[in-house]
Amino acid sequence: MPDGALPVLDVQDLKTVFRTRAGEVHAVNDVSFSLKPGELLGVVGESGSGKSVTMMSLLGLLPSPPADVRNGSVNFDGKDLLKVNQETLRSVRGGKIGFVFQDPMTSLNPVFTVGMQLAEPLRKHMGMNKKQAAARAQELLELVGIPDAKRRLLDYPHQFSGGMRQRVMIAIALACDPKVLIADEPTTALDVTIQAQILELMKELREKLGMAVIWITHDLGVIAGIADRVMVMYGGQVVEHAPVKELFGNPQHPYTRALLKTIPTIHGERAARLTIIEGQPPIMVGPPSSCPFRDRCDVAFERCARENPPRYDLGEGHDTACFFDARTGAPRDV
Amino acid sequence: MFDTDKKPLVAVRDLKMHFPIFAGLFRSRVGEVKAVDGVSFDVFEGETLGLVGESGCGKSTCGRAVLRLYDITSGQIEIDGREIGSTPQPDLREMRPTMQMVFQDPQASLNPRMTVEDIIKEPLDEHTTLTDREKRDKVGELMDAVGLNRKFAKRYPHAFSGGQRQRIGIARALALNPKFIVCDEPIAALDVSIQAQVVNLLEDLQEEYGLTYLFISHDLSMVRHIATRVAVMYLGKIVELAPREALYAEPLHPYTQALLSAVPEPDPSLARATERIILKGDVPSPANPPQGCNFCTRCPQVMDICKTVEPDYREVQPGRFTACHLYNDTADATADPEANKSKTNKETIT
Repeated sequence: MPDGALPVLDVQDLKTVFRTRAGEVHAVNDVSFSLKPGELLGVVGESGSGKSVTMMSLLGLLPSPPADVRNGSVNFDGKDLLKVNQETLRSVRGGKIGFVFQDPMTSLNPVFTVGMQLAEPLRKHMGMNKKQAAARAQELLELVGIPDAKRRLLDYPHQFSGGMRQRVMIAIALACDPKVLIADEPTTALDVTIQAQILELMKELREKLGMAVIWITHDLGVIAGIADRVMVMYGGQVVEHAPVKELFGNPQHPYTRALLKTIPTIHGERAARLTIIEGQPPIMVGPPSSCPFRDRCDVAFERCARENPPRYDLGEGHDTACFFDARTGAPRDV
Repeated sequence: MFDTDKKPLVAVRDLKMHFPIFAGLFRSRVGEVKAVDGVSFDVFEGETLGLVGESGCGKSTCGRAVLRLYDITSGQIEIDGREIGSTPQPDLREMRPTMQMVFQDPQASLNPRMTVEDIIKEPLDEHTTLTDREKRDKVGELMDAVGLNRKFAKRYPHAFSGGQRQRIGIARALALNPKFIVCDEPIAALDVSIQAQVVNLLEDLQEEYGLTYLFISHDLSMVRHIATRVAVMYLGKIVELAPREALYAEPLHPYTQALLSAVPEPDPSLARATERIILKGDVPSPANPPQGCNFCTRCPQVMDICKTVEPDYREVQPGRFTACHLYNDTADATADPEANKSKTNKETIT
């Protein structure tokens, strides 16, 4: 990956709020990130940390109301996706930006054949005729490793297994040669041996097609295997962001460090007891006025309750949103 | 590895659970789904037996069948010295207090119209003659034991988070002082940071009350943490059963090897260095399992014999059981004569 390359996707200060009866839920708070051509950005976080909502906000996929994308900019292809009209947005979605959802059963339409669902984006975005679309659809199924592709085009989603369905989803997302592929927990619903197949497929496809990928997951193991850079989210915010080796080798945010300690591994030392993160994730009603992790944090101090920490740049592409400097073991001055 | 003084609390022999398939105009029986097809294992007192496998391999059905939540097709199940394999359902009631279950989805397994107190109290209502006051005290004790605030006793399940709901389910399972608890994917629906809380709680309770667990999970790293011994299931059969350390250090069955190598490791340098065994294809349907070994359609080390002869499930090293033709020659002296006989039979076939 060339370091100086211009980002394909640049998101600045994205803010999404849901209006609910309990008040305004601040699901995404000033999230910024950029994606370079050809790289794979991993986004990790627990449920409710805002990782999916972030991606859906930038493509305008959230129903409004209740969702309200308040702030920020999403630069893609020379345009700000938050400002363009619906029509332009529609041409981007499924065209230059592909999306793979978590559950392949609910995101494929059960009453259309896989072939029809694959041909749809080809005809809409690429202006292909029926014949061209069918030929390309077959190519795509072969690309994602579905055997007997020509015959399988006529099958309905229920005739595919979970792993095969996810391959179909990936094929649909790849249909129009996207520059960016957003994959939202694409392997969470799959078994480990099938997950290994999909991860392997993803590696091959990236080598072949060279698109940039955003991979959302809660599984740090998956991230360790495929990501170039990682963004850790908590309470709707980016709490840490670093190249993958740096994040696992030198985690700076107390949440990242705790998270890495809580997961047991199948190699290496077996801990007599699992380290736990006490307490529950925050309820994000009202704008954040303090660090969202402070109640569960082992190094929190008085400033964490007063202010929400900004992202401190630690150099070499590593930044973290914490007032406590893990390297010096003391609060930051600035 | 096997302490002789350890006695099995649960002994399962050749357990089969087949579900009939009905089809056609007259709903006639056209076949059966062999969800569990001849499974044998022991669970020793005070240990945790991990039961792992992918979705559809029959691990949950196995757990439920052991507690006789189904009328099993055939086999013997001995729990705490009593054979319950063929006991009629009404007679099982008196056994229920000894054997309990914690379910996967805490949302679905708690009645939304009952308060937490009523949920935990229900087994006491059913099986004990305690007074109301005693029951309330017991509920309070149980809530303390699982780390729930007693003040929340009158609340409904929806007011609790996933992890707390799972604690309610655990308290209910503990109410009758059981000896044996089947934990069916108790942490699968929970967030990573909450999973560790529940696993630690289960371990504490095991120590405090001397519980024996059958811990069903698809999370191999968590099973490595909690289990004493681990059984691996594939398509209705146990393919390998071994003490934890031995299984993770040196898996014998090719399926176990592939399964372990597929687990993503949260360490970038390790994750990229290790060579993964990628299995081809999908699990065959349990309604129509392949001839010979169930794993022969995906096995990277498949031999001719695997496609015709089903491998025996036997002890290949002390305390290590596996069902694979690769280990036919390694039958050691401790193996019983029955196994040796079948081994020679097979050699003549090859």
